Amino acid sequence: MKKDMASKGLLSFAKDTLLWNLSGSIGYQIYLCILVCLMLTGVYGYFIQFKLGLSATNMSNIVSWGFYISNFTFLVGVAAAAVMLILPSYVFGDKDLHKVVIIGEVVAVGALVMCMTFVFVDLGRPLQFWHLIPGIGQLNFPSSLLAWDILVLNGYLALNALVPAYIVYCHYQGKEPVGKYYKPFVFISIGWAVAIHMITAFLYQGLPARPFWNNPLLGPRFLASAFAAGPAIISLVLHIVNSTTDYKIDNKIFNKLRIIIVSAAVINLLMLFSEIFKEFYFPTHHSQSAMYLFFGLEGHDSLVPWIWTAISINLLGTLILAFNPFKERQIFLLPALVMLIVGIWLEKGIGLIVPGLVPSPMGEIISYSPSNVELFITLGVVGLGMFVVTVLLKPALIIEKRYEDRHLTD
Amino acid sequence: MDSDKKKKINRRTFLKGAASAAIAGSTAVTAGCKGKGLLGSSEAFALEFKEYFKKHYRLMTPTERQQTVTRLEKLAKLRQDINVNIDTTGPAENVLYGYAFNVTRCEGYMECVKACVKENNLDRKSNTQYIRIFEMEHGQMSPDQGDGKYFHMVPKEGHFYMGVQCFQCENPPCVKACPTKATWKEKDGIVVVDYDWCIGCRYCMAACPYWGRRFNWNQPEIPKEEVTTQQHYLGNRQRVRGMMEKCTFCIQRSRKGKVTACVEACPTGARVFGNLLDPDSEIRFVLENKKVYRLKEDLGTDPKFWYFID
Repeated sequence: MKKDMASKGLLSFAKDTLLWNLSGSIGYQIYLCILVCLMLTGVYGYFIQFKLGLSATNMSNIVSWGFYISNFTFLVGVAAAAVMLILPSYVFGDKDLHKVVIIGEVVAVGALVMCMTFVFVDLGRPLQFWHLIPGIGQLNFPSSLLAWDILVLNGYLALNALVPAYIVYCHYQGKEPVGKYYKPFVFISIGWAVAIHMITAFLYQGLPARPFWNNPLLGPRFLASAFAAGPAIISLVLHIVNSTTDYKIDNKIFNKLRIIIVSAAVINLLMLFSEIFKEFYFPTHHSQSAMYLFFGLEGHDSLVPWIWTAISINLLGTLILAFNPFKERQIFLLPALVMLIVGIWLEKGIGLIVPGLVPSPMGEIISYSPSNVELFITLGVVGLGMFVVTVLLKPALIIEKRYEDRHLTD
Repeated sequence: MDSDKKKKINRRTFLKGAASAAIAGSTAVTAGCKGKGLLGSSEAFALEFKEYFKKHYRLMTPTERQQTVTRLEKLAKLRQDINVNIDTTGPAENVLYGYAFNVTRCEGYMECVKACVKENNLDRKSNTQYIRIFEMEHGQMSPDQGDGKYFHMVPKEGHFYMGVQCFQCENPPCVKACPTKATWKEKDGIVVVDYDWCIGCRYCMAACPYWGRRFNWNQPEIPKEEVTTQQHYLGNRQRVRGMMEKCTFCIQRSRKGKVTACVEACPTGARVFGNLLDPDSEIRFVLENKKVYRLKEDLGTDPKFWYFID
């Protein structure tokens, strides 16, 4: 039996993963169909945008970055959050979290695919994309923070795809993965996770032209909000895995994640409070953006309801998770997780990007909300991300489960 | 390793796909302009193909520059039936351009804006303008407090006017931001964009503290008879959608020793343009004899655009 396993090569690995992905219950098939429909919606949206140019969006010379870049910023955080599982499981040898670390890594890969797609659909001339590739193009490194971001995001994608791929492939063959082949990369990826989010923050933080972003707290706050929202998303995925597959997740794991989420969320709220204090205790000319975000300026107040919703559900979610009134019934914490995720998404996405650009440097104030094309494309990208997570996770969990069972019987 | 290989293949297929899509896109544009079939002429097709793979302007040899200029001129002829002349004159020795704006004299007629739109082939569809004039009340000093959308008889009692455009910073934040080196500062101090190298990420736009850059959200449209045919590769040649553009101190004019279109058009003589390194120039006279100030000095961008009061 074991010998048979070891002789299985890449070809049968590919064949098996494909088979596992296509087979499943009716519910699973419907779910896949929904994802495909979402992606097709995105393709349709992008087709229109490609034909009309970015004028198909509601962006303008004033709000020159919109919904795409907002989502990109949020998702970089989700990708970085995998480190909150990688660090305890590989470095501190936490057995519980080690069991789910692969799920964290797969979520990171999905988030990164979405990040890159969001940046790509935001480009005015996507076909000239190759101008960025070193060698055939011209990458403005190290001067441009965007060049840094492109490099670190691709590096992180490689790390988070290759390490789990190697481990899963070894397990598929029934072998124990060799530590020295992948451990160094695990350690690199821990530092790298912090780097992707700090550098994404520096992208904004490094612009003196935009006082709302030009704030040294932005980077640390990005990390804190990421380490709350990211593990919250991973928790949701774990709940789904727990209820739909035979890969069972222990309550202990949910509890550990809950503690990570609460700690990060509290730090995030503290920093948010610190920012709000600075903007409103003695409002200066530079507080205009914050005024626009929280109260509206000159009748432009489209963001106001969103930011107050964001802060309320952020606070409420954090409190519920912290006091955990349902004790061992983890399932009741789901709404709190969703609240926290949506709160951070609103506040760090559109609540960060749009006010950074309004008022314009010449004092103009306008409102922005995404156009239908932007919404279609965003749906498509989200569908793509979920698809990537699904097709990577399904075979990985089957292999892990078999490997585990075999170990237990040995 | 396996994924590395995949990546390479992906890149190659991507480039192939991108090339054919570029051609499809450009032929669609051609077809739109000429009202011909979807494929357009095969000559335009071949020219577009070569244009897609050309290098960054600064890395081109003089021959390559000549070749791309010839292609672009031919394309203008094929697409719109216009004879354009695209120039590639470089910066002259001992020249550093500077600009001064007389706040006392400007009366807000906006003749400069009109001249700029015409000279620089700006998009008429989205009403793109490099210059903005702000109507200010006495006591105000920064254009963000003024009214940039006034529409009435000028000059208005109790008000003065301030023009804003790209300030051609000596320390430009936009250049630092660009991920592809598609924008840079020339030796004569003009910040230019290699339109064809720009990927349209708009990071430079976010980085500019003076709102000096404009993006082509749609395919720019200019009536055929209004196109300025004396063009510069880094200046007023025609752009397509998805590219960043900006004021270049009318590089097509200034490098030929002429003043910019806005200076020429100004009916009140509020605008002064010249060589900062020439001690006898008018701009030097203004800097030495008037009280001058610049916007947002605290950011350290060192703009080459001064305001002064008579």
